[in-house]
Amino acid sequence: MVHDADTLRESPSQTAGPYVHIGCTPNVCGITGLFAEDLGARMKTGPVQGREIVITGAVHDGMGAALTDALVEVWQADANGRFAGHHADADPHFTGFGRCASDMATGAFRFETVKPGRVPWTDGRLQAPHISVWIVARGINTGLQTRIYFDDEPQANAADPILSRLEHRMRVPTLIAVGQGDGTYRFDIHLQGPQETVFFDI
Amino acid sequence: MDDGPVTPMGGYAARDRAWQPVALHPPYKTSVKRSPQAALLSFPATAGEITGPVFGHGIIGPQDNDLIHNFTGESAIGPRIVVHGRVQDQFGRPIAGALLEVWQANAGGRYRHRKEGYVAALDPNFGGCGRVMTDAQGGYEFRTVMPGPYPWPNGMNDWRPAHIHFSVFGHGFAQRLITQTYFEGDPLIARCPIVGAIQNPDAVRSLIAPLDMARTVPMDARAYRFDIVLRGRRQTAFETRPEGL
Repeated sequence: MVHDADTLRESPSQTAGPYVHIGCTPNVCGITGLFAEDLGARMKTGPVQGREIVITGAVHDGMGAALTDALVEVWQADANGRFAGHHADADPHFTGFGRCASDMATGAFRFETVKPGRVPWTDGRLQAPHISVWIVARGINTGLQTRIYFDDEPQANAADPILSRLEHRMRVPTLIAVGQGDGTYRFDIHLQGPQETVFFDI
Repeated sequence: MDDGPVTPMGGYAARDRAWQPVALHPPYKTSVKRSPQAALLSFPATAGEITGPVFGHGIIGPQDNDLIHNFTGESAIGPRIVVHGRVQDQFGRPIAGALLEVWQANAGGRYRHRKEGYVAALDPNFGGCGRVMTDAQGGYEFRTVMPGPYPWPNGMNDWRPAHIHFSVFGHGFAQRLITQTYFEGDPLIARCPIVGAIQNPDAVRSLIAPLDMARTVPMDARAYRFDIVLRGRRQTAFETRPEGL
């Protein structure tokens, strides 16, 4: 990419490393007493609007092993498609932001959240409900961006500007969380290999 | 705050992937199986990328930016330093209210983490984490001890340079960044496979904090300056709202 002379360069990324918990989820690694609660530990701060759901999954490497040192962050609209801190009428009991360290033994992550409402695409069409995801870990030099969509939104997904335009159709399911029938959705992230998740350059 | 819909207005300037580290850098062994092989998918930013979590100054406690004292109240052991700088976007606009989370090893290179097994001792008075929010001019400052280099299981004799990890929240989720700052003159920087994932030497230099004698506190702490640049929001001809809305 040609660099514009009148702009500064973005600071280069570096890996979050294996001890990302110390800074981002200190309570998870036993550093208690500094922060009452880890940032992003609770997305619901009171009675929320909309349907409450749980998202679980794990981040897998190119050998299929679950990462036990990943940090996953999510950012999403509330049930009405409004963003906390950006819309005056956003749900006051919903932060929209979640952060979870993968379990140090199993690699599992978990978000207790709400099903997001639809948000417009650049031309005003509504996108399918989705959650933005950012993944960092040891071995990941620049954080990876992807999205979670939902398998019980087939019509919205079929018309979604991203899902409907993915050239490799077999990769579409890598962005779709699978409902377990109890309000829980399973979303696994594969960093590399035949099941590789679609990652974005936004 | 805005009562209307969040209207995408140009999104962020594209990330320069030739300036950023490569995903696959085999000398950094863990990157071999943790790097995507398919191309990244580009699309225009929408509200979910342009917006991001908003944290108020209320989440910052009075000692959160003093790693020398914030663990037990007693002083940590090690060379006392001030790390300060400015967070701005690519167009030189200061980013106020940016949340920086920092973490590091102690003066001996030992992290306070259950998976860390380095023989260097823990410092009972050093936790190794803190956070700070930028002021109206994008400025920040925290106090800590100079972290020590430490060995890691990569090559047979690999040592990380002294470094402090930074997690940075700007205004949009697409600006999210984690990086590391290094210190002027450290001979380990050029030998580090993690640094080496950045292939442009000017990009590496931008992560090296120079000694800043002008901000050094005599008889107390040396100072280092580390400025951070986040992706800039492109303005369009239709833009009528201030940055950040």
